[in-house]
Amino acid sequence: MEDAFAMVVGVLFALSVYLLLSGSIMRLVLGIFVLSNATHLLIFVAGRLTLEEPPLIPDMMKVAEPGFANPLPQALILTAIVISFSLFAFLLVLAYRAYQTLGTVDTDEMRYAEPEQSLTSLRGRDV
Amino acid sequence: MSDITQWLVVWPVLIPVLAAALAVAAWGNRRAQLVVGVLGIVAQGIAAIILFAHVWTHGVLAVSMGGWPAPFGIALAADTLGAGLTVAACAVALVITLFSLADTPEHCQRSGFFPLLLALMTGVAGAFLTSDIFNLYVWFEVTLISSFGLMVLGGGREQIDGAVKYAVLNLLATTFLLIAIGLLYGMTGTLNMADLSVKVAALPNSAALETVILLFLVSLGMKAALFPLYFWLPAAYHTPLPTVSAVFAALMTKVGVYALIRVFTTVFPESGDLARDAMVWAAVGTMVFGALGALTARDIRRVVSYTVISGAGTMIAGLAIGTETALLGSIFYVIHSIIISAALFMVVGLIIGWGGNNQIDTLFGLYKRAPFVAIAFLIIGLSLAGVPPFAGFWPKVYLVQAGLGEGAYVLVAAILVTGFLTLIVVGRTFALVFWRETSEKSAADGYRAGSLRIGTITTLTALTFALGLYAAPIVEASLRASNELLDPGPYIDAVLNGAGEHP
Repeated sequence: MEDAFAMVVGVLFALSVYLLLSGSIMRLVLGIFVLSNATHLLIFVAGRLTLEEPPLIPDMMKVAEPGFANPLPQALILTAIVISFSLFAFLLVLAYRAYQTLGTVDTDEMRYAEPEQSLTSLRGRDV
Repeated sequence: MSDITQWLVVWPVLIPVLAAALAVAAWGNRRAQLVVGVLGIVAQGIAAIILFAHVWTHGVLAVSMGGWPAPFGIALAADTLGAGLTVAACAVALVITLFSLADTPEHCQRSGFFPLLLALMTGVAGAFLTSDIFNLYVWFEVTLISSFGLMVLGGGREQIDGAVKYAVLNLLATTFLLIAIGLLYGMTGTLNMADLSVKVAALPNSAALETVILLFLVSLGMKAALFPLYFWLPAAYHTPLPTVSAVFAALMTKVGVYALIRVFTTVFPESGDLARDAMVWAAVGTMVFGALGALTARDIRRVVSYTVISGAGTMIAGLAIGTETALLGSIFYVIHSIIISAALFMVVGLIIGWGGNNQIDTLFGLYKRAPFVAIAFLIIGLSLAGVPPFAGFWPKVYLVQAGLGEGAYVLVAAILVTGFLTLIVVGRTFALVFWRETSEKSAADGYRAGSLRIGTITTLTALTFALGLYAAPIVEASLRASNELLDPGPYIDAVLNGAGEHP
């Protein structure tokens, strides 16, 4: 089962890299979202997969024996999901604001912060 | 160890988050937010000083949150480096906040400046004091979220543009960090840095471990703005308000550098030869290309942004050499750079105010109009370039000495070349902006700096001068911090054994 999960994680990473290479902000944002979800799955797999086992340690034992579900990855993923989701929401608002303010979603055309330095600017923008 | 003592580690993190909540509750009341903001940072600074004093006399102080026995709970631990940097960060943040009272427009102060600043300080202190690597990621995200808010404060076109690149690339960096943490957790089954230190040393030196170490270098290097991953910094750091730029330059990249130092000394002290070779070249590239970038930039704010990059390279050079003297130099440079980067962005804010624009080829003759700013800029710039008797001189002496001792001639050459290039940058900027004669009257002739802005800049300028003349206390603290990093035994012991007793 770990192999199958690892492959899903790999496919998601590949997909997110493809999206991140795009010049459109919307695809960038989606790429980051896919990347963070792939990361969550990765933590899940890294924390050992178990089937139908409770994350409980019997009364007498101090350390869980193999076979017990590991609750820590889920706690980590929960934290990471909350963070990545809120940042995703922020990025969406930022992307929309960028579209409104700058009039483009193409990162190649966003040259307000870093104007081209030649005196005869190719785009002729007065920045 | 008493319960009260262990709480000392928690206060520098707890105070700003409570103050941030209070400041949000006082939304709409600028005066109340302002008071909460200043008092919050003062209180955090006092807590940090008390913590540092305790660490100085009693050694590493660790506490496990929620009473979980180490290494299962989230541990906070303060050693000389973490506590010392928290003190430095609070002190400079206080100066910047006072500067912002005069410099930040009122409508920006109203739209959340103080709560965001306090949240940022929470994240910075948390990152300096945590001993849990996943918790480190969480603090990174806390600083990141608040920095996004600060970045777009004001909402100009330039700012939105810069914020998009800043947000996307920094999110990528933290996601890479999370991937590295996830993989390391899969290999060791622990997240506690002290525990990791023990368990990583027991791992066989495999390709998987090497990959994880490189992932840490890439993700934290991106945060610290190392070559070739620094391109988000000059795209973004010059766009927000001068105050916000000062906070970012002083604290944000330093958190990345601190994390690199911590991870590569505590968690991976021996392993990762590939990463160490990569670190040397990353440091050389960061220093040289940062300085060259500063030479080519025309926007004076970008000139200063590039010098922040070359500074990050200098700090990593010490980590790459890795001896006691080298780490001493790095840590001293971090403290020096916290002061100097904040001061530079504040001075640049005044230059733009007086000059009316931000291009160094169209700024003229400010020496006549603002001699104070000229002198402050010169002192800060010379300290930045590493000219004695200012504070920037000493860390470079230690770094060069350590580099020569270890035969790291490439790094030594890069440090010296960068110092020379930075001197050219400072000299050129000074000559163009301050010394050039001007006949035309500037549109900003009515600009007044006000005593608060002058006073805060004077404080930082005097500080870099004083630390240059009397560097002994900082050298002593940095030496002790570097010794603690090279011998993590007491740190590990404090976290794994001392933190067992819950508060």
